[in-house]
Amino acid sequence: MNRRIVILGSGTAGTLTANRLRRLYDRSEYEIVVVDQNDEHVYQPGLLFVPFGLAEPHALVRPRGRQLLDGIEYRRAEIDQVDLDADRVRFTDGDSLGYDVLVVATGAVLLPEETEGLVGPAWGKQVHTFYDLPGATALHRALEEFEGGRLVVNVADLPLKCPVAPLEFSFLADWYFQRRGIRDKVQLTYVTPLDSAFTKPVAAQALGGLLKEKGVELVTEFTLGSVEMDEVESGPGGGGRLVSYDGTEVPFDLAVVVPLHGGAPYVGRSEGLGDELNFVRVDQRTLQSKARPNVFALGDAAGLPASKAGSVAHFEGEVLVHNIGRHLAGEPLDGSYDGHTNCFIETGFHKALLIDFNYETEPLPGHYPAAVGLPLLKESRANHLGKLAFEWLYWHSLLPGRDLPGIGSAMPEHGKSRPADAAHPAA
Amino acid sequence: MTTTTYAGTPVVLDDEGFFADPDQWTEAMAPEIAKEHAIDELTDRHWKVLTFMRAEYAEKGTGPTVRVLGKASGVSVKELYQLFPKGPAKTAAKIAGIPKPKGCI
Repeated sequence: MNRRIVILGSGTAGTLTANRLRRLYDRSEYEIVVVDQNDEHVYQPGLLFVPFGLAEPHALVRPRGRQLLDGIEYRRAEIDQVDLDADRVRFTDGDSLGYDVLVVATGAVLLPEETEGLVGPAWGKQVHTFYDLPGATALHRALEEFEGGRLVVNVADLPLKCPVAPLEFSFLADWYFQRRGIRDKVQLTYVTPLDSAFTKPVAAQALGGLLKEKGVELVTEFTLGSVEMDEVESGPGGGGRLVSYDGTEVPFDLAVVVPLHGGAPYVGRSEGLGDELNFVRVDQRTLQSKARPNVFALGDAAGLPASKAGSVAHFEGEVLVHNIGRHLAGEPLDGSYDGHTNCFIETGFHKALLIDFNYETEPLPGHYPAAVGLPLLKESRANHLGKLAFEWLYWHSLLPGRDLPGIGSAMPEHGKSRPADAAHPAA
Repeated sequence: MTTTTYAGTPVVLDDEGFFADPDQWTEAMAPEIAKEHAIDELTDRHWKVLTFMRAEYAEKGTGPTVRVLGKASGVSVKELYQLFPKGPAKTAAKIAGIPKPKGCI
Protein backbone atom coordinates (compact mmCIF):
# COMPACT_ATOMS: atom_id res chain seq x y z
CA MET A 1 0.00 0.00 0.00
CA ASN A 2 1.15 3.55 -0.74
CA ARG A 3 2.45 5.68 2.00
CA ARG A 4 0.33 8.73 2.70
CA ILE A 5 1.24 12.37 3.34
CA VAL A 6 -1.61 14.35 4.86
CA ILE A 7 -1.57 18.17 4.76
CA LEU A 8 -4.01 19.97 7.00
CA GLY A 9 -4.96 23.33 5.51
CA SER A 10 -4.89 24.61 1.94
CA GLY A 11 -3.94 28.21 2.37
CA THR A 12 -0.63 29.58 1.13
CA ALA A 13 1.56 27.17 3.11
CA GLY A 14 -0.47 23.99 2.65
CA THR A 15 -1.11 24.51 -1.06
CA LEU A 16 2.48 25.26 -2.04
CA THR A 17 3.75 22.37 0.10
CA ALA A 18 1.33 19.88 -1.45
CA ASN A 19 2.25 21.01 -4.96
CA ARG A 20 5.99 20.89 -4.28
CA LEU A 21 5.66 17.37 -2.85
CA ARG A 22 3.52 16.21 -5.79
CA ARG A 23 6.18 17.44 -8.22
CA LEU A 24 8.85 15.57 -6.30
CA TYR A 25 7.16 12.22 -5.75
CA ASP A 26 5.27 10.00 -8.12
CA ARG A 27 1.74 9.18 -7.05
CA SER A 28 2.67 5.48 -7.01
CA GLU A 29 5.10 6.28 -4.18
CA TYR A 30 3.03 8.61 -2.02
CA GLU A 31 -0.60 9.46 -1.77
CA ILE A 32 -1.02 13.18 -0.93
CA VAL A 33 -4.24 14.30 0.75
CA VAL A 34 -5.05 17.93 1.53
CA VAL A 35 -7.80 18.71 4.02
CA ASP A 36 -9.67 21.97 4.47
CA GLN A 37 -13.01 22.92 5.95
CA ASN A 38 -14.12 25.35 3.23
CA ASP A 39 -13.44 25.92 -0.44
CA GLU A 40 -12.46 29.58 -0.42
CA HIS A 41 -8.78 30.43 -0.84
CA VAL A 42 -8.42 34.15 -0.10
CA TYR A 43 -5.49 36.17 -1.42
CA GLN A 44 -4.83 37.73 1.97
CA PRO A 45 -2.44 40.52 0.87
CA GLY A 46 -5.40 41.95 -1.04
CA LEU A 47 -7.44 42.47 2.16
CA LEU A 48 -5.48 45.67 2.84
CA PHE A 49 -6.77 47.23 -0.37
CA VAL A 50 -10.48 46.39 0.04
CA PRO A 51 -11.31 49.09 2.63
CA PHE A 52 -9.96 51.79 0.31
CA GLY A 53 -11.84 50.51 -2.74
CA LEU A 54 -8.57 49.46 -4.38
CA ALA A 55 -9.55 45.78 -4.64
CA GLU A 56 -12.88 44.04 -5.19
CA PRO A 57 -13.59 41.42 -2.51
CA HIS A 58 -14.78 38.75 -4.96
CA ALA A 59 -11.59 39.08 -7.05
CA LEU A 60 -9.47 37.88 -4.09
CA VAL A 61 -11.17 34.49 -3.76
CA ARG A 62 -10.57 31.31 -5.75
CA PRO A 63 -11.57 27.66 -5.14
CA ARG A 64 -9.02 25.78 -3.02
CA GLY A 65 -9.15 22.54 -5.00
CA ARG A 66 -8.29 24.34 -8.25
CA GLN A 67 -4.94 25.47 -6.79
CA LEU A 68 -3.81 21.86 -6.27
CA LEU A 69 -2.03 19.86 -8.96
CA ASP A 70 -3.54 16.71 -10.46
CA GLY A 71 -2.86 13.71 -8.31
CA ILE A 72 -3.51 15.50 -5.01
CA GLU A 73 -6.66 14.43 -3.22
CA TYR A 74 -8.63 17.37 -1.82
CA ARG A 75 -10.90 16.53 1.06
CA ARG A 76 -13.35 18.96 2.57
CA ALA A 77 -13.80 18.16 6.25
CA GLU A 78 -13.71 19.73 9.69
CA ILE A 79 -10.87 18.49 11.87
CA ASP A 80 -11.68 17.39 15.39
CA GLN A 81 -8.17 16.46 16.52
CA VAL A 82 -4.89 14.82 15.62
CA ASP A 83 -4.14 11.58 17.46
CA LEU A 84 -0.35 11.63 17.54
CA ASP A 85 -0.11 8.18 19.11
CA ALA A 86 -2.21 6.58 16.37
CA ASP A 87 -0.83 8.68 13.45
CA ARG A 88 -4.40 9.57 12.58
CA VAL A 89 -6.48 12.71 11.97
CA ARG A 90 -10.02 12.52 13.33
CA PHE A 91 -12.84 14.56 11.77
CA THR A 92 -15.95 15.98 13.42
CA ASP A 93 -18.17 13.75 11.23
CA GLY A 94 -16.68 10.67 12.93
CA ASP A 95 -14.45 9.64 10.02
CA SER A 96 -10.65 9.56 10.29
CA LEU A 97 -7.54 9.41 8.11
CA GLY A 98 -4.19 7.76 8.88
CA TYR A 99 -0.87 9.28 7.82
CA ASP A 100 2.80 8.43 7.50
CA VAL A 101 3.74 12.10 7.45
CA LEU A 102 1.54 14.96 8.65
CA VAL A 103 1.97 18.61 7.74
CA VAL A 104 0.00 21.13 9.80
CA ALA A 105 -0.70 24.27 7.76
CA THR A 106 -4.04 25.44 9.10
CA GLY A 107 -2.87 28.99 9.71
CA ALA A 108 -4.04 31.36 12.41
CA VAL A 109 -7.56 32.32 13.46
CA LEU A 110 -8.84 35.71 14.63
CA LEU A 111 -10.08 35.78 18.22
CA PRO A 112 -11.95 39.09 18.60
CA GLU A 113 -14.22 37.56 21.24
CA GLU A 114 -11.23 37.21 23.59
CA THR A 115 -11.08 41.00 24.05
CA GLU A 116 -13.76 42.40 26.30
CA GLY A 117 -16.23 44.60 24.43
CA LEU A 118 -14.60 44.19 21.02
CA VAL A 119 -17.43 42.10 19.58
CA GLY A 120 -20.56 43.99 20.58
CA PRO A 121 -23.23 46.15 18.99
CA ALA A 122 -20.53 48.45 17.57
CA TRP A 123 -18.67 45.57 15.81
CA GLY A 124 -18.93 46.21 12.08
CA LYS A 125 -20.24 49.74 12.71
CA GLN A 126 -17.77 51.90 14.68
CA VAL A 127 -15.34 49.05 15.43
CA HIS A 128 -13.84 47.08 12.54
CA THR A 129 -11.10 44.78 11.39
CA PHE A 130 -9.80 44.28 7.86
CA TYR A 131 -8.14 40.92 8.59
CA ASP A 132 -10.92 38.89 6.98
CA LEU A 133 -13.04 39.45 3.89
CA PRO A 134 -16.37 40.33 5.59
CA GLY A 135 -14.50 42.73 7.91
CA ALA A 136 -12.60 44.44 5.10
CA THR A 137 -15.81 44.80 3.09
CA ALA A 138 -17.72 46.34 6.01
CA LEU A 139 -14.82 48.70 6.68
CA HIS A 140 -14.94 49.89 3.07
CA ARG A 141 -18.52 51.05 3.62
CA ALA A 142 -17.60 52.66 6.95
CA LEU A 143 -14.70 54.58 5.42
CA GLU A 144 -16.89 55.83 2.60
CA GLU A 145 -19.35 57.18 5.16
CA PHE A 146 -16.66 58.64 7.44
CA GLU A 147 -16.69 62.41 7.20
CA GLY A 148 -14.12 63.22 9.88
CA GLY A 149 -13.12 62.53 13.48
CA ARG A 150 -10.72 60.23 15.30
CA LEU A 151 -9.71 57.11 13.38
CA VAL A 152 -7.62 54.75 15.50
CA VAL A 153 -5.66 51.77 14.16
CA ASN A 154 -4.79 49.24 16.87
CA VAL A 155 -2.90 45.97 17.13
CA ALA A 156 -4.40 44.11 20.12
CA ASP A 157 -1.33 41.98 20.81
CA LEU A 158 1.28 39.74 19.20
CA PRO A 159 1.60 37.52 17.27
CA LEU A 160 -0.37 38.73 14.25
CA LYS A 161 -0.55 37.96 10.56
CA CYS A 162 1.38 40.45 8.47
CA PRO A 163 2.65 42.76 11.23
CA VAL A 164 3.20 45.59 8.74
CA ALA A 165 -0.40 45.61 7.44
CA PRO A 166 -1.75 47.87 10.22
CA LEU A 167 1.06 50.34 9.47
CA GLU A 168 0.22 50.15 5.78
CA PHE A 169 -3.43 50.77 6.65
CA SER A 170 -2.42 53.96 8.49
CA PHE A 171 -0.32 55.19 5.54
CA LEU A 172 -3.09 54.41 3.06
CA ALA A 173 -5.69 56.09 5.30
CA ASP A 174 -3.63 59.31 5.11
CA TRP A 175 -3.57 58.99 1.31
CA TYR A 176 -7.30 58.06 1.13
CA PHE A 177 -8.49 61.05 3.16
CA GLN A 178 -6.21 63.43 1.27
CA ARG A 179 -7.69 62.15 -1.98
CA ARG A 180 -11.17 62.76 -0.57
CA GLY A 181 -10.12 66.25 0.51
CA ILE A 182 -10.98 65.77 4.19
CA ARG A 183 -7.57 64.85 5.64
CA ASP A 184 -7.64 67.98 7.86
CA LYS A 185 -10.85 66.71 9.48
CA VAL A 186 -9.40 63.28 10.34
CA GLN A 187 -7.14 62.61 13.32
CA LEU A 188 -5.17 59.40 12.68
CA THR A 189 -3.65 57.44 15.58
CA TYR A 190 -1.63 54.21 15.50
CA VAL A 191 -1.75 52.24 18.76
CA THR A 192 0.64 49.33 19.32
CA PRO A 193 1.70 47.03 22.18
CA LEU A 194 5.32 47.42 21.03
CA ASP A 195 7.62 50.13 22.38
CA SER A 196 7.98 51.62 18.87
CA ALA A 197 6.42 51.39 15.40
CA PHE A 198 8.10 48.01 14.72
CA THR A 199 9.97 45.36 16.68
CA LYS A 200 13.46 45.98 15.32
CA PRO A 201 15.22 49.32 15.85
CA VAL A 202 16.32 50.32 12.33
CA ALA A 203 12.94 49.58 10.75
CA ALA A 204 11.16 51.09 13.78
CA GLN A 205 13.02 54.34 13.20
CA ALA A 206 12.19 54.39 9.47
CA LEU A 207 8.52 53.43 9.90
CA GLY A 208 8.06 55.68 12.93
CA GLY A 209 9.49 58.52 10.82
CA LEU A 210 6.97 57.82 8.07
CA LEU A 211 4.07 57.88 10.54
CA LYS A 212 5.26 61.27 11.77
CA GLU A 213 5.71 62.58 8.22
CA LYS A 214 2.14 61.59 7.41
CA GLY A 215 0.74 63.14 10.58
CA VAL A 216 -0.19 59.85 12.28
CA GLU A 217 0.07 59.98 16.08
CA LEU A 218 1.91 56.98 17.58
CA VAL A 219 0.83 55.44 20.92
CA THR A 220 3.17 52.68 22.14
CA GLU A 221 3.18 50.02 24.89
CA PHE A 222 -0.61 49.79 24.79
CA THR A 223 -1.97 46.28 25.36
CA LEU A 224 -5.67 46.27 24.55
CA GLY A 225 -7.75 45.21 27.56
CA SER A 226 -11.23 46.27 26.48
CA VAL A 227 -13.27 48.35 24.06
CA GLU A 228 -15.86 50.60 25.67
CA MET A 229 -18.52 52.43 23.71
CA ASP A 230 -19.85 55.85 24.70
CA GLU A 231 -23.45 56.04 25.76
CA VAL A 232 -25.56 57.71 23.10
CA GLU A 233 -29.13 58.75 23.60
CA SER A 234 -30.52 57.35 20.39
CA GLY A 235 -29.22 55.11 17.67
CA PRO A 236 -25.72 54.56 16.35
CA GLY A 237 -23.18 57.29 15.76
CA GLY A 238 -21.36 57.45 19.07
CA GLY A 239 -17.68 56.71 19.46
CA GLY A 240 -15.82 54.83 22.12
CA ARG A 241 -12.49 54.20 23.85
CA LEU A 242 -9.80 51.59 23.60
CA VAL A 243 -8.71 50.83 27.16
CA SER A 244 -5.36 49.19 27.91
CA TYR A 245 -4.71 46.85 30.83
CA ASP A 246 -2.85 49.64 32.62
CA GLY A 247 -5.88 51.95 32.31
CA THR A 248 -4.67 54.16 29.45
CA GLU A 249 -7.53 55.24 27.19
CA VAL A 250 -7.52 56.15 23.50
CA PRO A 251 -10.81 57.67 22.28
CA PHE A 252 -12.10 56.99 18.77
CA ASP A 253 -14.95 57.65 16.39
CA LEU A 254 -13.90 54.77 14.16
CA ALA A 255 -11.61 51.98 15.38
CA VAL A 256 -9.74 49.52 13.16
CA VAL A 257 -8.53 46.72 15.43
CA VAL A 258 -6.37 43.73 14.59
CA PRO A 259 -7.79 41.14 17.02
CA LEU A 260 -5.82 38.57 19.00
CA HIS A 261 -4.64 35.61 16.94
CA GLY A 262 -4.41 31.95 17.86
CA GLY A 263 -3.81 28.66 16.11
CA ALA A 264 -6.67 26.44 14.92
CA PRO A 265 -8.81 25.18 17.85
CA TYR A 266 -8.27 21.48 16.95
CA VAL A 267 -4.55 21.97 17.68
CA GLY A 268 -5.50 22.69 21.29
CA ARG A 269 -7.59 19.50 21.37
CA SER A 270 -4.67 17.42 20.07
CA GLU A 271 -2.59 16.38 23.05
CA GLY A 272 1.06 17.37 22.74
CA LEU A 273 0.75 19.18 19.39
CA GLY A 274 0.39 22.86 20.30
CA ASP A 275 1.47 25.60 22.68
CA GLU A 276 -0.70 27.77 24.93
CA LEU A 277 -1.93 29.80 21.92
CA ASN A 278 -2.63 26.65 19.83
CA PHE A 279 0.35 27.17 17.55
CA VAL A 280 2.30 23.99 16.73
CA ARG A 281 5.55 23.49 18.64
CA VAL A 282 8.28 22.94 16.06
CA ASP A 283 12.03 23.22 15.81
CA GLN A 284 12.64 26.69 14.38
CA ARG A 285 15.22 25.45 11.87
CA THR A 286 13.86 22.07 10.70
CA LEU A 287 10.09 22.77 11.17
CA GLN A 288 9.73 19.27 12.67
CA SER A 289 7.26 18.87 15.52
CA LYS A 290 8.79 18.67 18.97
CA ALA A 291 6.25 15.95 19.75
CA ARG A 292 6.72 13.51 16.82
CA PRO A 293 9.34 13.12 14.07
CA ASN A 294 6.74 12.43 11.35
CA VAL A 295 4.82 15.66 12.03
CA PHE A 296 5.80 19.05 10.63
CA ALA A 297 4.23 22.51 10.61
CA LEU A 298 4.75 25.67 8.63
CA GLY A 299 3.15 28.99 7.85
CA ASP A 300 0.99 30.80 10.39
CA ALA A 301 0.19 27.51 12.19
CA ALA A 302 3.79 27.11 13.35
CA GLY A 303 4.83 28.55 16.72
CA LEU A 304 8.03 30.22 15.53
CA PRO A 305 9.70 33.52 16.45
CA ALA A 306 9.10 34.60 12.84
CA SER A 307 6.59 36.86 11.19
CA LYS A 308 3.24 35.40 10.19
CA ALA A 309 3.44 36.34 6.51
CA GLY A 310 3.03 34.58 3.18
CA SER A 311 6.70 35.02 2.35
CA VAL A 312 7.58 33.01 5.46
CA ALA A 313 5.34 30.16 4.27
CA HIS A 314 7.04 30.32 0.87
CA PHE A 315 10.58 30.22 2.24
CA GLU A 316 9.70 27.57 4.83
CA GLY A 317 8.07 25.41 2.13
CA GLU A 318 11.34 24.92 0.32
CA VAL A 319 13.10 23.75 3.50
CA LEU A 320 10.16 21.67 4.70
CA VAL A 321 9.80 19.65 1.50
CA HIS A 322 13.52 18.88 1.59
CA ASN A 323 13.29 17.77 5.24
CA ILE A 324 10.24 15.59 4.59
CA GLY A 325 12.29 13.87 1.89
CA ARG A 326 15.11 13.25 4.36
CA HIS A 327 12.66 11.92 6.95
CA LEU A 328 11.04 9.57 4.42
CA ALA A 329 14.47 8.28 3.43
CA GLY A 330 15.33 7.65 7.08
CA GLU A 331 18.10 10.26 7.03
CA PRO A 332 18.80 13.04 9.53
CA LEU A 333 17.17 16.38 8.67
CA ASP A 334 19.61 18.90 7.21
CA GLY A 335 17.32 21.56 5.75
CA SER A 336 17.45 24.70 7.87
CA TYR A 337 15.02 27.63 7.77
CA ASP A 338 16.82 30.85 8.75
CA GLY A 339 13.72 32.93 9.56
CA HIS A 340 13.80 34.68 6.18
CA THR A 341 10.91 37.11 5.70
CA ASN A 342 10.27 39.85 3.21
CA CYS A 343 7.39 42.25 2.90
CA PHE A 344 6.38 45.12 0.68
CA ILE A 345 4.99 47.96 2.81
CA GLU A 346 2.50 50.10 0.89
CA THR A 347 2.86 53.76 1.87
CA GLY A 348 0.29 55.44 -0.40
CA PHE A 349 0.75 57.77 -3.37
CA HIS A 350 1.85 54.78 -5.53
CA LYS A 351 4.91 54.06 -3.41
CA ALA A 352 6.04 51.24 -1.13
CA LEU A 353 8.95 50.14 1.04
CA LEU A 354 10.50 46.70 1.08
CA ILE A 355 11.96 44.95 4.11
CA ASP A 356 14.00 41.73 4.16
CA PHE A 357 15.25 40.01 7.33
CA ASN A 358 15.65 36.73 9.24
CA TYR A 359 16.03 35.41 12.80
CA GLU A 360 19.42 37.07 13.26
CA THR A 361 19.43 40.05 10.90
CA GLU A 362 16.97 42.88 11.40
CA PRO A 363 15.50 44.73 8.39
CA LEU A 364 18.32 46.92 7.07
CA PRO A 365 18.62 49.50 4.30
CA GLY A 366 20.29 48.57 1.00
CA HIS A 367 18.96 46.65 -1.98
CA TYR A 368 17.22 43.30 -2.60
CA PRO A 369 18.12 40.66 -3.63
CA ALA A 370 21.65 41.98 -4.38
CA ALA A 371 23.54 45.26 -4.62
CA VAL A 372 21.44 46.03 -7.68
CA GLY A 373 17.76 45.52 -7.01
CA LEU A 374 14.74 46.93 -5.23
CA PRO A 375 15.55 49.52 -2.55
CA LEU A 376 15.18 48.31 1.05
CA LEU A 377 13.56 50.42 3.78
CA LYS A 378 13.08 53.26 1.34
CA GLU A 379 9.93 54.42 -0.42
CA SER A 380 9.91 53.83 -4.15
CA ARG A 381 7.54 53.43 -7.07
CA ALA A 382 9.36 50.20 -8.06
CA ASN A 383 8.41 48.59 -4.74
CA HIS A 384 4.76 49.59 -5.24
CA LEU A 385 4.80 47.98 -8.69
CA GLY A 386 6.45 44.92 -7.12
CA LYS A 387 3.64 44.66 -4.60
CA LEU A 388 1.00 44.85 -7.34
CA ALA A 389 2.85 42.34 -9.54
CA PHE A 390 3.02 39.90 -6.66
CA GLU A 391 -0.65 38.94 -6.95
CA TRP A 392 -0.06 37.29 -10.33
CA LEU A 393 3.06 35.54 -9.05
CA TYR A 394 1.11 34.30 -6.03
CA TRP A 395 -1.52 32.42 -8.06
CA HIS A 396 0.68 31.32 -10.94
CA SER A 397 4.08 30.64 -9.42
CA LEU A 398 4.13 30.63 -5.62
CA LEU A 399 1.03 28.49 -4.98
CA PRO A 400 1.89 25.96 -7.71
CA GLY A 401 5.18 25.50 -5.83
CA ARG A 402 7.55 26.84 -8.45
CA ASP A 403 10.77 28.56 -7.46
CA LEU A 404 10.58 32.32 -7.92
CA PRO A 405 13.64 33.43 -9.93
CA GLY A 406 16.27 35.02 -7.70
CA ILE A 407 14.17 34.60 -4.54
CA GLY A 408 15.45 31.67 -2.51
CA SER A 409 14.75 30.47 1.00
CA ALA A 410 18.00 31.72 2.54
CA MET A 411 18.12 35.46 3.22
CA PRO A 412 20.55 37.16 0.79
CA GLU A 413 23.41 38.97 2.51
CA HIS A 414 24.56 40.98 -0.50
CA GLY A 415 23.12 44.43 -0.93
CA LYS A 416 22.44 45.08 2.75
CA SER A 417 24.11 47.86 4.72
CA ARG A 418 25.40 46.06 7.80
CA PRO A 419 24.82 47.42 11.34
CA ALA A 420 27.87 49.72 11.34
CA ASP A 421 26.42 51.54 8.32
CA ALA A 422 22.85 51.13 9.46
CA ALA A 423 22.98 53.38 12.50
CA HIS A 424 21.63 56.22 10.37
CA PRO A 425 19.35 54.62 7.76
CA ALA A 426 18.84 56.47 4.53
CA ALA A 427 15.06 56.30 4.94
CA MET B 1 26.26 47.33 28.81
CA THR B 2 26.64 48.47 32.42
CA THR B 3 27.68 46.74 35.60
CA THR B 4 25.62 47.10 38.75
CA THR B 5 25.49 45.32 42.09
CA TYR B 6 22.54 43.35 43.50
CA ALA B 7 22.72 41.39 46.77
CA GLY B 8 26.40 42.25 46.99
CA THR B 9 27.26 40.64 43.64
CA PRO B 10 28.18 42.55 40.46
CA VAL B 11 26.02 41.74 37.40
CA VAL B 12 26.02 42.93 33.80
CA LEU B 13 22.90 44.65 32.41
CA ASP B 14 22.20 45.55 28.78
CA ASP B 15 21.39 49.09 27.60
CA GLU B 16 17.72 48.67 28.52
CA GLY B 17 18.44 47.28 32.01
CA PHE B 18 17.88 43.55 31.34
CA PHE B 19 20.32 40.90 32.55
CA ALA B 20 22.90 40.10 29.87
CA ASP B 21 23.60 36.74 31.52
CA PRO B 22 20.66 35.10 33.34
CA ASP B 23 23.10 32.79 35.15
CA GLN B 24 24.29 35.78 37.20
CA TRP B 25 20.84 36.13 38.79
CA THR B 26 19.97 34.81 42.24
CA GLU B 27 16.66 34.88 44.12
CA ALA B 28 18.21 37.20 46.69
CA MET B 29 18.58 39.89 43.99
CA ALA B 30 14.88 39.96 43.06
CA PRO B 31 13.59 42.14 45.94
CA GLU B 32 16.27 44.77 45.23
CA ILE B 33 15.43 44.91 41.52
CA ALA B 34 11.70 45.02 42.34
CA LYS B 35 12.21 48.09 44.54
CA GLU B 36 13.80 49.88 41.57
CA HIS B 37 10.46 49.34 39.81
CA ALA B 38 8.38 50.63 42.72
CA ILE B 39 7.36 47.14 43.88
CA ASP B 40 8.01 47.22 47.63
CA GLU B 41 7.23 43.61 48.39
CA LEU B 42 7.34 40.48 46.26
CA THR B 43 4.31 38.35 47.17
CA ASP B 44 3.72 34.68 46.36
CA ARG B 45 1.77 35.85 43.29
CA HIS B 46 4.78 37.84 42.08
CA TRP B 47 6.99 34.81 42.62
CA LYS B 48 4.59 32.59 40.69
CA VAL B 49 5.13 34.86 37.67
CA LEU B 50 8.90 35.18 38.17
CA THR B 51 9.34 31.41 38.46
CA PHE B 52 7.29 30.92 35.28
CA MET B 53 9.43 33.52 33.46
CA ARG B 54 12.65 31.72 34.41
CA ALA B 55 11.23 28.33 33.34
CA GLU B 56 10.01 29.69 29.98
CA TYR B 57 13.37 31.30 29.32
CA ALA B 58 15.20 28.07 30.15
CA GLU B 59 12.95 26.11 27.77
CA LYS B 60 12.51 28.54 24.87
CA GLY B 61 15.44 30.94 25.07
CA THR B 62 13.13 33.95 25.42
CA GLY B 63 10.74 35.21 28.08
CA PRO B 64 6.99 34.99 27.45
CA THR B 65 4.78 37.82 26.18
CA VAL B 66 2.02 39.22 28.42
CA ARG B 67 -0.52 37.16 26.56
CA VAL B 68 1.34 33.90 27.06
CA LEU B 69 1.84 34.80 30.71
CA GLY B 70 -1.91 35.34 31.03
CA LYS B 71 -2.67 31.99 29.37
CA ALA B 72 -0.08 29.80 31.01
CA SER B 73 1.31 31.27 34.24
CA GLY B 74 -1.86 30.86 36.26
CA VAL B 75 -2.14 34.65 36.75
CA SER B 76 -4.64 36.58 34.60
CA VAL B 77 -3.53 39.53 32.47
CA LYS B 78 -5.56 41.89 34.68
CA GLU B 79 -3.79 40.66 37.80
CA LEU B 80 -0.43 40.76 36.03
CA TYR B 81 -0.90 44.50 35.52
CA GLN B 82 -1.84 44.88 39.19
CA LEU B 83 1.31 43.02 40.22
CA PHE B 84 3.60 44.76 37.71
CA PRO B 85 1.83 48.04 36.86
CA LYS B 86 4.44 49.32 34.40
CA GLY B 87 4.12 46.35 32.05
CA PRO B 88 4.36 42.75 33.27
CA ALA B 89 6.44 41.19 30.49
CA LYS B 90 9.30 43.67 30.73
CA THR B 91 9.23 44.42 34.46
CA ALA B 92 8.93 40.76 35.45
CA ALA B 93 11.73 39.86 33.02
CA LYS B 94 14.01 42.41 34.68
CA ILE B 95 13.18 41.18 38.19
CA ALA B 96 13.53 37.54 37.07
CA GLY B 97 16.95 38.30 35.58
CA ILE B 98 16.25 37.29 31.98
CA PRO B 99 16.78 39.23 28.72
CA LYS B 100 14.02 41.36 27.15
CA PRO B 101 11.25 39.11 25.79
CA LYS B 102 11.57 39.01 22.01
CA GLY B 103 7.94 38.52 21.08
CA CYS B 104 7.03 37.48 17.58
CA ILE B 105 6.69 40.07 14.90
